[in-house]
This record gives sequence, structure tokens and C-alpha cells, in this order.
Amino acid sequence: GKKLICVLFFSQLSRVVGAAKNETPQSRTFIRGIQTVTLIPGDGIGPEISNAVMKIFEAAKAPIRWEERNVTAIRGPGGKWMIPPDAKESMDKNKIGLKGPLKTPIAAGHPSMNLLLRKTFDLYANVRPCVSIEGYQTPYTDVNLVTIRENTEGEYSGIEHVIVDGVVQSIKLITEQASKRIAEYAFEYARNNQRASVTAVHKANIMRMSDGLFLRKCREAAEKYKDVKFTEMYLDTVCLNMVQDPTQFDVLVMPNLYGDILSDLCAGLIGGLGVTPSGNIGANGVAIFESVHGTAPDIAGKDLANPTALLLSAVMMLRHMGLHGHAKKIETACFDTIRDRKVLTKDLGGNSKCSEFTEAICQRMKDMD
Amino acid sequence: MAAHSAVLSASKIINPFWVGRLGNTAKVFGTTLISHRNKTSLTPPPAKYGGRHTVTLIPGDGIGPELLNHVREVFRFTCVPVDFEVVNVNSALETDDDMNNAITAIRRNGVALKGNIETKHTLPASVKSRNNVLRTSLDLYANVMHCQSLPGVQTRHKNIDIMIIRENTEGEYSSLEHESVSGVVESLKIITRNNSLRIADYAFKLARERGRRRVTAVHKANIMKLGDGLFLQCCREVASGYPEITFDSMIVDNTTMQLVSKPQQFDVMVMPNLYGNVVSNVCAGLVGGPGLVPGANYGHVYAVFETATRNTGKSIAEKNIANPTAMLLASCLMLDHLKLNDYASVIRNAVLTTMNETRLHTADLGGQGTTLEVVQSVMRVIQSKGQFTAEL
Repeated sequence: GKKLICVLFFSQLSRVVGAAKNETPQSRTFIRGIQTVTLIPGDGIGPEISNAVMKIFEAAKAPIRWEERNVTAIRGPGGKWMIPPDAKESMDKNKIGLKGPLKTPIAAGHPSMNLLLRKTFDLYANVRPCVSIEGYQTPYTDVNLVTIRENTEGEYSGIEHVIVDGVVQSIKLITEQASKRIAEYAFEYARNNQRASVTAVHKANIMRMSDGLFLRKCREAAEKYKDVKFTEMYLDTVCLNMVQDPTQFDVLVMPNLYGDILSDLCAGLIGGLGVTPSGNIGANGVAIFESVHGTAPDIAGKDLANPTALLLSAVMMLRHMGLHGHAKKIETACFDTIRDRKVLTKDLGGNSKCSEFTEAICQRMKDMD
Repeated sequence: MAAHSAVLSASKIINPFWVGRLGNTAKVFGTTLISHRNKTSLTPPPAKYGGRHTVTLIPGDGIGPELLNHVREVFRFTCVPVDFEVVNVNSALETDDDMNNAITAIRRNGVALKGNIETKHTLPASVKSRNNVLRTSLDLYANVMHCQSLPGVQTRHKNIDIMIIRENTEGEYSSLEHESVSGVVESLKIITRNNSLRIADYAFKLARERGRRRVTAVHKANIMKLGDGLFLQCCREVASGYPEITFDSMIVDNTTMQLVSKPQQFDVMVMPNLYGNVVSNVCAGLVGGPGLVPGANYGHVYAVFETATRNTGKSIAEKNIANPTAMLLASCLMLDHLKLNDYASVIRNAVLTTMNETRLHTADLGGQGTTLEVVQSVMRVIQSKGQFTAEL
């Protein structure tokens, strides 16, 4: 009798806790034990930077177990391109993934690999925190902002037609559902990461209906998150102000194309794609963190690559999983190594090897303990 | 006529020998029947009474009215033979009468100087952006902006000298939107061969005229394969007729990244409407802000001058802190267009002297000067150069 009530009570409790957990995916904490993460090394320099990250995680004693998978597209039944079923299964089970750069074969009909992953897991939000790296000098210091880009629709719907010879029409699609989803994610992210404000970037003066709809959804989401300040700004004004004073921006949310341009602009402010982390959030709790640079085939296999972008993405992943302690440790070691300027890869201005850079970070973490 | 134009266009593409040698032959693009002269700078409308030009002035909203008043003051002081026909546009009204009056006035005078007209997006979607309506009605297809680092202005990047030519009438600004299903909005981006050829033509001609070495087309053809692909193709076709100018292309997100790290690599850039909006604002920010750069909108028949980044500046309106440089330099561009080059040089030199030598800066450049102080300094410099002037 008593035992039954206890069991019932606990199952009720976990359901309530579970509901709360679902509402705030960022603050999910994994009870004791090792968390398995799907690792997709990628092509080109992918495997070597993935190895670097795995080594650093080991030195940091992070409770992560890696499950390596390959996502080279295969032809499924019915002739449609898809990612290998074991990769999909692994991601669906683990929910969290870390991905290196992927190359897209030029073969006719072969879709972009990133597009395929996006469609498979409904990765609707692309999140890029851009923080100035001390020790890697750019003309801009004190950058600390996050761009959140809607990643499924907008100008990248891929719907184009030739109306008559010499006239082409591209369709930009904005839906209420996707706009609502990304707006709510942005505010959720701001709240979970102690960010003060969210700015919606749009061009509703020109694209009245489409960006107008996006803006409306952002305003509605703002109502539900009164603790986060909400502002709206035209895309051109954001660009103008961003290159003059990036410190005035905090979290930016926007549709696909503006997000593409602005996130790369912000990456340029802090030093380029070689040092910028990125995360993609999907439906059903899936999140894939990735480095956004290319495969760099010219330096692949030569131990010259810079693992910083992938490492910082992995740190972002740890924070998403609630492992803030380990995240801080690895990030500090990485930034300290860069600030020290003694062991740096070529793109950061030094002439050390990837393995030497990795070793320096590992050594720093051992010294910290 | 259509066959004639098709042969002309075809001959231009097939045999670059004929480019430039066709001279002033009328070329008809698309279905417009206005005779187009094959030049980037066209002959201005003839002066009307006693050698004085009449120019339409649209004050607009925000800082527009006060800055344009200062322009008029400087013109009066310098005895520039230009009279302004002022046409007010009330942005709060839903009717188009004001805009129609403005457009008629510009058609009459051929040239205009304007402030930005605010777009209130609380009004229904059928009320389009008035600035956009002006550009499309008058077919002002080329927006030209010259970004140069000024020695007197502190910026993070130095030695920037970029000319941006932006297609001004189509692309994402076609204002064609509809809600096909409730909750799903489609916005159409239109790219046409004619307009792409036209803008590419303009860009290369301008590059050649100014002795520029390189033209870069900015696009996103890896994603928008048909639309931006067509634009890129047109640029390549036109490029083949200018062998002395290097042509390359760059994807827009990479372009913005390169602009904030190494802007000195760019020379002339040509692009469709939206990317032009982004790139021109980034470049304006790089050289010192919206208060410094003038912009010009050219069509085959009409020309309208304004500030390059088209800001309304509502928050600083009527506070005497706005930077008059952009508007004054825009008026100099207008004077050049009217072939009043001497007056243009005098005013431009005075503005640049105030900016670089006297270093009298307004708040947006980190200085303490007011708008009025800057304008008065400009007028003092003009007077000191021995120019015949009215009373200060």
C-alpha cells in the first residue's frame, strides 16, 4: 500500500519535473554517469580537429563518451538521398551531436550535406555566439553578442521559377509557425543564458507582409518573456551600427537570409570562421554543434589545422547539456593558450602544429587541477 | 523595335568589338519606350530662366527638413544658380496624392534632392514604402555610393575607397507579397535579364570612366541558383566587353566578413537590391557613419540625390546635432550632375576642410559641434577662398 503510493508519487513528480525540463531544454542536467554524444568528424581537416577535441575532453575529464558516425549521403529506397540509418539512429538516441566540416560532392543531383542534416532533424535554429577572443586581435574588441537565425524557410526555400525568358522569380516563404518557434527559442535562450535583450532584425518597411509577420510573432513572444527586453531594428541600421559599435547588441533574432549575412559579419568581427562556434537546435530536443569553416583540403592530414572553432562549439555543447564546470575549464584553457601567444597554429599567427596546440591546452588543464 | 533591340543586345554579347562603338545609338531595354542614351552621365535638363536651374526638393521626415534647409542656406550664400521647388510628402497619410505630386515635380525638373520619407509600418501593407515608389516610378535603376576614408575621421580601418553600385528597382524590393494560406506569406524576389544587364553595364562604364581596375559582383548564387545565377551571368557577359577591367564575384556572406577584416581589397562592387542595402550600410559604417556619405540614384532620364544610408534620424531630429556632411556632399553631387562643377568643388572643398583640417565634428563623430556650427564653418571657408558670396 505505502510502496504503491510512493511509486505513484515519484512517477507524478518525475512527470512534473519532466515537463519543466522540456520547457527549458538548456538547463537539462544529466544525472551522474557518462553522456553519449554522436561525433561526426567530417571531411578534410575534420578527423584531425575531432581528434584534438576528443583529446582535450579526455584531459578535462569531461563525462562524455563519443559515438563516431559517418553521414555521407546514400540513396535510400525510392531513390531519395538520405543520411545512413545508423547515423540517424545514433542522433535520435543521443540527441546531442558534434560535427566537423562536411564537403558536398559536385555530383549532379546530390544535395548539400548540411541541408540534408537540417531537413532530417528539423534543425530550425542556428545559434552563433560571437565573443571577442583576447589574444587574437581584430579591429573590434569587446564583441559579445549572439545571432539566432531561422534556418528552415525564408529566402532559402529554394523555390525559384523562370516566369518568361529573362525573368526569374525566387520565393521567400515566411510562416507563422516557424516565426513563432524561432522567436520563442530566442527568448528562451536569452533567459537561460542571462542575456539582457533580444533584438528582432527585419525589413518590414519594404517586405511589409512577410517580415511584418515575423515581427508580429517576435512581439507576441516578447509578451511572454517580460524579463527580457525586446527591440526591433532594420537590417541596414543593424549593419551600420554593428561595424561602428558592436557592443550595443546582445541577442539578435532574424529570418534566414539576414541571419546568414549577419552571422558571418559577426564572425568576421571576432576573427573569422576559424574561431567561431555554432550550434543548430532541432525539434525533439536534437542539437548539433558544429564548426562552420570549410574542409580545407589543402592542409588536410598535415597537422596544421586549428581546432578552436570545433572546440568552442564543443564547449557550447557542454553548456547546452548543463555541464558548465567542464565547459568553463576547457574554454579558459583554450583562451589562455591563445592569449599567451606562445603556441598558436598558422591561421592565428603562430607556426605550431595542431597537435602542439592541443597539447598546450591539455597541459594547461592538468595544471589547473 | 523589339527585333532591333534584340539584334543590338545580341551583337553586343557576341561581338564585344561593337561595344562603345555604337555610341549614342538608342538602345531599348525591355518594354520601356524612352530613348536611352548610352552614357552614364547624361545631359542635364536645360536651365530654365536666366541660367538658373530648378530642382525639386523633398524635405521628408526626421532630420531631412533641417539638413535641406542648411543646404539651401549654403547655396544662397554661395550664390549657386539653383532654385528649389519644395514638395512636401506627409508620411502619415494613406493616399498617394502627395507622392504623385512629388513624382510629377521631379519629372518636370529632371533632378531632385530629398530627405528620407518615413515608412510607418502600422499602416496596411497596401501602402508601400514611399521612397521605393519614387525609385521605381522614375526608374532610378542605379544607386551609386562612393565610400572613402576621410583623413579627419577616426575609424578602425584606413584607406578605404569603394564604389558601390546597387540595382535600385527590382530584386527583393519588388513589393510583391501575398498570403497564400493563412499563416504562410510569400514574398517574391524578381531578377530580370534586362535590369541585370543594365546595372552591370552602368557599373562597368562607371569603372572605366573613373579608371577603376576591378569590379566585384556580390551574390548568393549557390543558394538562389536561378535568380542570382542570372544576375551573375549578366555581369559576366558585360564584363567580357571590358577586357581592361578585372571581374570577379563573391558570395554576400563572405563579402561582409571580408569587409570587416580587409575592406581595402574592394574596388567597385555591383549587386542586386538587398545585398546592396547590406553592403552599402556596412561600408558607410566603416568610413565613419551615416552622416558622412552621400548617395545618388540615377535613371536614364532622372536623378535623385540623398544621403547614402537613407536614415530618417527621428531620434535626433530638430536637436541641432545631426551631421550635415552627407547632405551637403549629396548636393555637390547634384551640382556636378547639373554641370555646375565649379560651385560643386567650392562647397565640397569647404565641407572637407571643415571635416579634416578644422576638425569640427558633430556628435556622431565624437565631437562637440552642432549642425549650425558646422554649416557656418563651411560658409566661412567658402568666403575665405575669395568666392563671391552673399551676406553670412
